[in-house]
Amino acid sequence: MGMHDKNANAPKRAAALISGGLDSMLAAKVVLDQGVDVEGINFFTGFCVEGHTHAIRKKDRSRQKRNNALWVAEQLGIKLHIIDVIDEYKDIVLNPKHGYGANLNPCLDCKIFMVNKALTQDVLDRGFDFVITGEVIGQRPKSQRADTMPVIARESGAGDRLLRPLCALNLPPTLPEREGWVDRDKLFGFHGRDRKPQMALADAFGFSDYAQPAGGCCFLTDERYAGKLADLWEARGVRDYDFDDIMLLKVGRHIRPAPHYKLIVGREEGENNFLSGYRRRFVHINTVSHTGPLTLIDGEPTDGDLVLAARIAARYSQGRTAAEVSVNVHHPSGTSSELRVAPLLPTELEPAWHVGG
Amino acid sequence: MSGEPSPHTRPTTRLDARGLLCPLPVIRTQDKIRKLKVGEVLEVVATDPGVLHDIPAWCRVHGHRLLVSEQRADDYRFHIEVA
Repeated sequence: MGMHDKNANAPKRAAALISGGLDSMLAAKVVLDQGVDVEGINFFTGFCVEGHTHAIRKKDRSRQKRNNALWVAEQLGIKLHIIDVIDEYKDIVLNPKHGYGANLNPCLDCKIFMVNKALTQDVLDRGFDFVITGEVIGQRPKSQRADTMPVIARESGAGDRLLRPLCALNLPPTLPEREGWVDRDKLFGFHGRDRKPQMALADAFGFSDYAQPAGGCCFLTDERYAGKLADLWEARGVRDYDFDDIMLLKVGRHIRPAPHYKLIVGREEGENNFLSGYRRRFVHINTVSHTGPLTLIDGEPTDGDLVLAARIAARYSQGRTAAEVSVNVHHPSGTSSELRVAPLLPTELEPAWHVGG
Repeated sequence: MSGEPSPHTRPTTRLDARGLLCPLPVIRTQDKIRKLKVGEVLEVVATDPGVLHDIPAWCRVHGHRLLVSEQRADDYRFHIEVA
């Protein structure tokens, strides 16, 4: 049902969910090119791979400095609103009505939440007429399936004001199509996990250098990260987290020799600097006789535990093969003590202590 | 895009985003600017090196003028004129 009289009306206003990846970029572009007034919405959940994580690890800094969502907005020439949803998002992570995917990824509840939030977003005292996503049927096993598409539309409250330009031809016409705000004939029927159609469309638009994060843009789809989050809940006996918890799970080696405490060992200078910002809140260890990592200890370690922790810290220092390494153990109270320990031998470090595998 | 602003573009509001990691400095800047009037100047101070890229990009996307973008010994400083 082609509609060719869309110019008869004032431009409609659409909120495009922009993750920084290719699909949402293409979806926004397809609608933008039809004369719709498109603005980008990007949600910061705290679990985003995007952004600060690149700033923490030195080795990642040279690879990527840009915020991909901002980069997409600039390429498209649209505004981008980055929304902090850290607090609200907790309920999605802790109590997903539709459950988790392969790891702790509540993708379906997440998409419902984001579409709803975008539609009800009040930018410049105006709402949006419809919402655009880069969803493709069959692209993601948890949330992007033929049977989940109507669930997202219904439960987000968007109903048929939710347009998926990349796979619209596989779905019933939505309100923007029926009203002629967009021309259905210029939308697409992509499906499945094949990326070639998206890449061809990107070529046609002249997009290059776009981000293609493996496994998406969310740490909750990452097996190791999800393992660390599950471990945190188990150790504390309560399924909860705060922003600092989820930041710290992104950084360092997490080693749990016993249920009541774990070590977070910086892997390189950038991580040590990041962990250093937290040192006053944790018992922490730094090596004195040799260059080594900063190690935070989360939990309630005994004096005996601190000796083992010191030996582990020494094991990751330049003195790992030395007979003895001296370390300082600092307490949040301000007191500190020096320990001289033998670095833990690799064979003494139980593989099961490594949290998240 | 650098140098001292002329007197009439002196910052009227300041945002301390030190210690925040990107994209939080950008989010706080955006939220602050939403409350300012056209022509007002916001000073942002931040420590995450990501801001060197993100704040100018955010200003370009929204059409705000970046009057100052400066790397100092311990932090980064920006002056943004609201468009």
